[in-house]
Amino acid sequence: MARISGVNIPSNKRVVIALTYIYGIGSKIAKDICNKVDLEESKRVNQLSDDEIAKIREIIDADHMVEGNLRRNVSLNIKRLTDLGCYRGLRHRKGLPVRGQRTNSNARTRKGKAVAIAGKKKAPKG
Amino acid sequence: MSRSTWKGPFVEKTLIKKAEKVQQSGKREVIKTWSRRSTIMPDFVGLTFGVYNGLKFIPVTITENMVGHKLGEFSPTRTFKGHTPADKKVSGDSVSKDKK
Repeated sequence: MARISGVNIPSNKRVVIALTYIYGIGSKIAKDICNKVDLEESKRVNQLSDDEIAKIREIIDADHMVEGNLRRNVSLNIKRLTDLGCYRGLRHRKGLPVRGQRTNSNARTRKGKAVAIAGKKKAPKG
Repeated sequence: MSRSTWKGPFVEKTLIKKAEKVQQSGKREVIKTWSRRSTIMPDFVGLTFGVYNGLKFIPVTITENMVGHKLGEFSPTRTFKGHTPADKKVSGDSVSKDKK
C-alpha cells in the first residue's frame, strides 16, 4: 500500500494505471511521471521502493495540482463566473450547458434525469 | 479556437473614443453601445456601458474581474419565463377540441 498525495491508496495495479486513481492525474500525466522517475511500464505499486514513492510524491507536489486543491480551484473558477453575472455564470447557475450546446433535446448530463410532465397527452396513433 | 495573440484584443474603435471622452470629462454617464462583441479593456474599469440586447440598453458597470470578457456577455438577449404549467396546457387543448 502506498499513500500518494493524501487519501489515495492505489492497489497492486501497474503504476501508470494506479496513479490515474488520483483526482487530477490522467493517463498522460501518469505516463510523464513514470518517465521522470524511470519506471518500467510493467512495474506494480507493491514493487515500488520507498525511494521511488518519495520521488513520485515530490514530482506531483511540485508540478501538478491534485485532489483538494484542484477541486477547490475548479469550484472557485465557477464561482467567479457566477458572481460576475456573465453569460457563462448564468448558465452555471441554471444548471444548463455552458458552451452553447442545444437544450431543446439532450443536454441530459447538465439537466439531470428527464422528468415526466404530468398530464401531458401522448400523440394518438395514426 | 481562441484569437491569435498578435492581433491583440478586439475593441470597436468608436467605443474606445467614446470611453476616452467620458473619462476625460469625468462625468459618470452611461455609454450606449451596440458593440456587444468588444472586449472589455483594463481602462474601462469604473465606466458604465449601456449594452444593447436587441430590445434595450442594459446598464453594465465594469469591475476589475470583467476585464477580458466581452460586453455582450453581461447583457442577456433571451428571457425565459418558465414553462406553462401542465394543467393549463391540457385545458387549452380541450377547448380547441370542443370547437372542432
